Amino acid sequence: MKVSDLVEKLGLKVISGEKGLNRVVDGAYVSDLLSDVMGNARENQVWITLQVHQNVMAIASLKDLAAVILVKGLTANENTIQHSNEEQIPILSTTLSTFDMAGKLYELLHAEK
Amino acid sequence: MKKYRADLHLHTVLSPCADLEMSPDQLVRLAKKRGIDIIAITDHNSTRQCDMVRKVAEGSGLIVINGCEVNSREEVHALCLFEDDYTRNEFQKFLDHYLPKLPNQPEYSGYQILVDENNGITEEIPFFLGNGLDVGLEEIEKFTHQLNGLFIPAHIDRPINSIFSQLGFLPHELHVDALQISRQSDEAHIRRLYDIHDDITLIKASDAHYPEDIGSACSVFFLNEPTFQEIRWALNQKNGRSVKIEA
Repeated sequence: MKVSDLVEKLGLKVISGEKGLNRVVDGAYVSDLLSDVMGNARENQVWITLQVHQNVMAIASLKDLAAVILVKGLTANENTIQHSNEEQIPILSTTLSTFDMAGKLYELLHAEK
Repeated sequence: MKKYRADLHLHTVLSPCADLEMSPDQLVRLAKKRGIDIIAITDHNSTRQCDMVRKVAEGSGLIVINGCEVNSREEVHALCLFEDDYTRNEFQKFLDHYLPKLPNQPEYSGYQILVDENNGITEEIPFFLGNGLDVGLEEIEKFTHQLNGLFIPAHIDRPINSIFSQLGFLPHELHVDALQISRQSDEAHIRRLYDIHDDITLIKASDAHYPEDIGSACSVFFLNEPTFQEIRWALNQKNGRSVKIEA
């Protein structure tokens, strides 16, 4: 599955990083502690978070994540958006809570397997 | 240069999580008794007890710095210190603007009270001061520096509410005057662990919530005069002023 498939099937808004929409998605990680994501997220995962700080993109890039999904309709800081475009890792947005977003994403990723 | 012992992270009865014994007169009395020269009042998301501590300390020789311990949107804790009442007040307006208006529930979170010199309660703060402000860390740092204040991320070695736990690493655009490490931590170990270069000063402070902890971790400043400006120079390793963690 690709990031663009998630956008389509989960009704996500693409905030930035459009060039990364063809990245492959292989699972997801949920955390708002960036230190935890640094330690535990894996390549090609989608990261669901409410943190909008620019360090989010630095860590997404470091861990080679597929995309970042911001919950509850949050929008990213300007410099976070800039990093997303530079790194070509999309920032996506949903109005859902973390729980609901993770549930839907879990269902989708497991339906495929 | 003269030596000044400083504890720059202290809570009072205003902080919901602090002991009700942490009144301005107790703080001043115990700081003096324990040979401390400089303290900073750093309640969670509020500077409003500073005035009374300064008033109580008048004539005692103890230097009291206005401040608070902010909790940012990212839930990073940082000490913001201010030179005078005008800048403290300007920062208080900033805090009032960005503090989420969630009622405090003293039975769960603890009391948030302002007291006078006789320990009479003058005001109870209705909104919970422990919440993250609705503003990001960089914006807080910028405003603090616009007011000529000092910005020191707190207890950076803690697994929660520290700049490293919340943000993974020091953001490039963030200007810190120093970083505060916890009482038990070893400076060399922390520098290695988080790759902190020598040009960033580390200080220790007690983060006291209980009377017995006041002064339990101090930093020693080497200054000509104990002014706010010289403290800034010391933290930023300028003009021959310096600070080191007390052994």
